[in-house]
Amino acid sequence: MLLLERRPVDSSLMRWASPVLALVLTVLTGFVLFLAMGKDPVEGLRFFFITPISDLIGLAELGLKMAPLLLCAAGLTVCYRAKLWNIGAEGHFLMGAVGASAVAVQLVDMTGFWVLPVVLLAGILSGALWAAIAAGLKTHLHCNEILTTIMLNYIALNLLLYAVHGPLKDPYGFGFPQSVMFADSALLPELIPGTRLHLGLAFGLLAAVAVWVMFARSFIGFQLKVVGQDHRAAAFAGFGARRLTWFAFLVGGATAGLAGASEVTGPIGQLVPQVSPGYGYTAIIVVFLGRMHALGIIAASALLALTFIGGEMLQIAMNMPKAVTGLFQGLLLFYLLTCDAFIHYRIRLRRPARQFTPRAATTATQEA
Amino acid sequence: MELLTNILAATVVAGTPLLLVALGELICERSGVLNLGQEGMMLIGAVAGFVAALTSGSLIVGVAAAMLAGIGMSLLFAFMAVTLAANQYAAGLALTIFGTGLSAFLGAGFVGEPIDGFTRVAIPLLSDIPVIGRVLFDQDPMVYLSLFLFASVAVFLRRSRGGLLLRAVGEDPEAANANGLKVLVVRYMAVAFGGGMAGMAGAYLSLAYTPMWTENMTAGRGWIALALVVFATWRPERLLLGAYLFGAASILHLVLQGLGWKSSPELLAMLPYMVTILMLVLLSWNPARTRLNTPLSLGQPYRPGR
Repeated sequence: MLLLERRPVDSSLMRWASPVLALVLTVLTGFVLFLAMGKDPVEGLRFFFITPISDLIGLAELGLKMAPLLLCAAGLTVCYRAKLWNIGAEGHFLMGAVGASAVAVQLVDMTGFWVLPVVLLAGILSGALWAAIAAGLKTHLHCNEILTTIMLNYIALNLLLYAVHGPLKDPYGFGFPQSVMFADSALLPELIPGTRLHLGLAFGLLAAVAVWVMFARSFIGFQLKVVGQDHRAAAFAGFGARRLTWFAFLVGGATAGLAGASEVTGPIGQLVPQVSPGYGYTAIIVVFLGRMHALGIIAASALLALTFIGGEMLQIAMNMPKAVTGLFQGLLLFYLLTCDAFIHYRIRLRRPARQFTPRAATTATQEA
Repeated sequence: MELLTNILAATVVAGTPLLLVALGELICERSGVLNLGQEGMMLIGAVAGFVAALTSGSLIVGVAAAMLAGIGMSLLFAFMAVTLAANQYAAGLALTIFGTGLSAFLGAGFVGEPIDGFTRVAIPLLSDIPVIGRVLFDQDPMVYLSLFLFASVAVFLRRSRGGLLLRAVGEDPEAANANGLKVLVVRYMAVAFGGGMAGMAGAYLSLAYTPMWTENMTAGRGWIALALVVFATWRPERLLLGAYLFGAASILHLVLQGLGWKSSPELLAMLPYMVTILMLVLLSWNPARTRLNTPLSLGQPYRPGR
């Protein structure tokens, strides 16, 4: 009989093997899925995982999609390490895009090196401001941050729609709900000439490294970790939970806001309703898959960026629904959490030796 | 009067999917399990119900399929959150992300297909009562079903042995286990009930509220339902009131537009979400009261003999 038994010590091997295992299981499931749909599974997986990144243009596209994921994930890592369940990266991202666009539209006739920093700063501030609402609701009114951030995501989406249909709409845009094209001075420079890859990826990598340094070297990083692991211990040590909550949310909002600003000033060059294919939600998967560690989230953001372009590739090459992307992401997170259980537990084939403590004697190990 | 009656009738219709999914989550949370996957289960229910009804030609088959699909999804969650004692927040989020992706994938070929949804069935005599007759007794059958389910859940929680066991498990799983209760079995059943209800709520959206399938058609109702359970302080009676209040909030923009209110539709569409936050603020500002009402073991995985 299969039994689930708590390990005496958490397995550090499983901690890092779990994401790999989850990926293998997801690919196997994809294989079966292709078969079930009557498509060639080998070809399907090749189109999803390999074809999109087999040339420089493809790799640049991968970096392009990595940038927002990495930025959002870096901010969420700060929140999740402190066990603050901020689901609001999508909303911060959208508000960052709206805020940056609002300024960029005003500065459309301006030239000069200062335009871009001002536009990006507007995005950062808008994202941080949006996150501050959730932080205030949590620290002062004790509202559950999961529910408030989700609601703020929906509100942000409607604000974006309002902006492109109303105040930021291009009056000469033939009625399309989108802003004017930004001035060249408000656009992010390309990293590799001839591709769409822009400076946003550098922001993302910097943010990941900054988060790494913060948790490895700084006092506030230490405080956040302690609050996440043991709220009472943090209180005894005199770490202000309110202050840390504000800090984590503001960092989360600022990075996701920068991600939104980089998206409108990078590949798009204007504000459009479809500015995000769900980067803020996918970033949650990146954080879990990347083990809340800088190197981990860089690798995880590359993989999840691939799911976006892989899904598009499958749509073009094999006439599959684009929703493959979301399905793949969901499966990956699912398998990951299942595999994560084996960090704390192990499977045994027979009943473990009974421990003669009164409590263990009455409650035998649960069957799996 | 005519306008008011119509508004109230539309409120009940808009509140029904919220009532269904929130009743399921109420039972689930009363057993100590917080399932944040409501949105995902609703979407799967909506697409399964729509596809099954379209291919079989029977709305009842559609609703049954939606419930089964919702239960299937919830069992995935239960395996992670109950058996494997995974973090319930993460597992619920996974369920929502997975359900959103899977429903869009399954429904990709059905977007825009027309279907004949549920129609109103007036109950003889009762529907002739002024105002109340139209509001409560001249609705589609799912509305009646939701009211019946509400009454059943209320009686189950307050008056039945099963309800007592459920609450015991949710308040103190250790003590319940010591009394010989199978904590994990009770939690599995509660999660599965929540899944079935969320599936049914999804089917209500795709077969009655707006008879069609579109991606993400739940528009956050699964999340609003989670707020609704907090609003109701885990009591069914207040849940009913809350569901219709939120229902009213979600049709408010239509009413305002009907009255000639000049405002952007996008701004008005924010109202239900803002009302949700407002409700959370009103209910949560006093943490002592929240603690008093929350099932004690909510969100805590339970491993017997740990």
